[in-house]
Amino acid sequence: METAVFIVCALIVLAGAIGVVMSRNPVHAALSLVATLFGIAVLFLNLGAQLLAVVQVIVYTGAIVVLILFVLMLLGVDEDEDLDAEPIVGQRILAVLVGLLLAGAVLAVIILGKDAAVTGAHSATEAISPSIANIVQIGRQLFTTYVFPLELTAGLLTIAVVGAVVLSRRPKDLQPIPEPESMTELGDDPLTTIPEEAAH
Amino acid sequence: MSPNLPLAYLALSAILFAIGGVGLLVRRNPLVMIMCVELMLNAVNLTFVTFGKMLDDISGQVIVFFVMVVAAAEVVIGLALIVAMARRRPEANADDLRLLRG
Repeated sequence: METAVFIVCALIVLAGAIGVVMSRNPVHAALSLVATLFGIAVLFLNLGAQLLAVVQVIVYTGAIVVLILFVLMLLGVDEDEDLDAEPIVGQRILAVLVGLLLAGAVLAVIILGKDAAVTGAHSATEAISPSIANIVQIGRQLFTTYVFPLELTAGLLTIAVVGAVVLSRRPKDLQPIPEPESMTELGDDPLTTIPEEAAH
Repeated sequence: MSPNLPLAYLALSAILFAIGGVGLLVRRNPLVMIMCVELMLNAVNLTFVTFGKMLDDISGQVIVFFVMVVAAAEVVIGLALIVAMARRRPEANADDLRLLRG
C-alpha cells in the first residue's frame, strides 16, 4: 500500500515538476507547481509527518502559490512566451548536462551506498514515537532544542515584511532604467526597449 | 513495505532537485525561476523528512519548518523585487537585468 501510494505520488510530483519547467504559460507553470506540492504533501503523510503535510498544503499551495499567481495577474504577464528562442548559445544543453550530472551524482551515492548513504547517530534528539502525536513532538523540539533558531526566524520574517514594503513602495520619480553607456561601448546588444505607446 | 522505500524517496527528491535546477538555469521569466527554486526547496524538504525517518529522529521534520519559513521569506522578497522591476520595464526577463553587472 505504502509503495503504491509512493509510485502514484512520485509520478504526479515528477509530472508537475516537468510541467513547471516546460510550460510556455506562467499560469500553467504555477498550476503544475500546485500538483507537485500536493504530491509532496501526500508523500509527507506516507512518511508519517502529518503536521508537515497539513502545513505544506496551507503554506505552499494556500499562500505561496496564490501569492505567485496574484503577482502574475497583477503584472499581466499571463501570455505565452517563446520558449524556442535561445539567447545564449548552448545554454539549454549545458543546463541539461548540469542537471543530469547533479542527479546522476546523487543517485550514484544513493544506489551505491544503499542504507549506508545515510550516516549519523540514530535518535540524536528525540525518536519518532507512534504513541505521541506528531505535532506534540515537533512542538516540544521547537521550543527546547531549537528555541534559538525559532526566535531568529521571527526576526527573519519581520525583516522580510519590512523589505517587501520598502521594495514595493511606488517611488515618486519613476524612470525607466537607462541603457548604461559602458555596456553599449563594450559591444553588447541594447536592452529590450519599452514601446512608447504600449507603456501602461 | 519494501525495505528500500526510503531510498526511493531520496532518489525522487534528487531527480526533483535536478529538474528544479535545470528550470532555474533555462527559464528566463523571473516568476518561473522563483517557482523552480520552490521545487528545489521542496526536494530538500522531502530529503529531510526521509532522513528523519531513516534515522528515527524528529529533527528531520523540525528542520523542514525552518526551510519553509526561509522559502516564504524568499518568495515575499523575490516577488517584491519582480514587482519593482516590472514597474520600470514591464516586458523585462532575467536576461534584461544586466545592470546588476555594474
